[in-house]
Amino acid sequence: MKSLAELKAIRERMQGQLGMREEGEDQTRVVVGMATCGIAAGARPVLNKFVELVQERGIKNTVVTQTGCIGICRFEPIVEIYEPGKPKVTYVHMTPEKAEEVVTRHLQGGQVVKDYVIPAMISVPQ
Amino acid sequence: MMPEISLNVLDVAENSTRAGASLVTITVEADTSKDTLTIVIDDNGCGMTPEQVEHVTDPFFTTRKTRRVGLGVPFFKLAAEMSGGSFSITSEPGVGTTVTAVFGLSHVDRMPLGDMTSTMHSLITMHEDTDFLYRYTYDGDSFELSTAEMREVLGGVSFNEPEVSQYIREFLRENEAEVTRGRTI
Repeated sequence: MKSLAELKAIRERMQGQLGMREEGEDQTRVVVGMATCGIAAGARPVLNKFVELVQERGIKNTVVTQTGCIGICRFEPIVEIYEPGKPKVTYVHMTPEKAEEVVTRHLQGGQVVKDYVIPAMISVPQ
Repeated sequence: MMPEISLNVLDVAENSTRAGASLVTITVEADTSKDTLTIVIDDNGCGMTPEQVEHVTDPFFTTRKTRRVGLGVPFFKLAAEMSGGSFSITSEPGVGTTVTAVFGLSHVDRMPLGDMTSTMHSLITMHEDTDFLYRYTYDGDSFELSTAEMREVLGGVSFNEPEVSQYIREFLRENEAEVTRGRTI
């Protein structure tokens, strides 16, 4: 059985670095829709992929978080990216593979991955 | 419908966090002698009135104002009943809610349990202000994860620190593997 002793060791290593991470206005937020519609469409592996890659690649000032139903269920899984000073970008029909591309090209490369954003000319029923 | 039970758990447990629960207890128990797989999601959130409880398994009932459908609980109920099992909700305003789904373990129409590790990992790391108590049992062998206990050990270090997040994922995966010993649910 994996025990809590290991966790203690992690804490001891981390202790010196506490307070280094601050939530601020210069933070980028990656928001994954995780209501029934999102989950049923495959949002969980998409969320996992973002969390994993942001951690693995040590991408700074970026938090991955979740929200409820965004309101356009037929486009799920949906991921919104909020960068300070820029308009929100909404990615639709996401998969873990597309998530990896968005991390590389958008979060790290600074370019919106146009192929995956919500089409401009859609009609959303009110 | 959800493709696996663990996704229902993720979805329905989200309701508990939204109900303002400070503690959510999730129990998964497979029992081959009784041929059941029992999932319990218990919270100390705001609870529901008897009228709400009565309607919560109706897909066309929701407390949300934006849309008039709520499918999370009906999906979970249907999945349990499809496998010859049962489903119940008890709730009291100001006390909390308990959702119990019993599945027929060997029933051909029972969905796979699926990736409980990812479900618990998402819940724990995405809701740092909520405590989760998770118990996983297979024929009497079991393991438990308590975020309250982990929080105490961590003394202020976040569950979202990469190393901690990774540790939680491994804790869930390795301990589940040890309990199930290769038997998939």
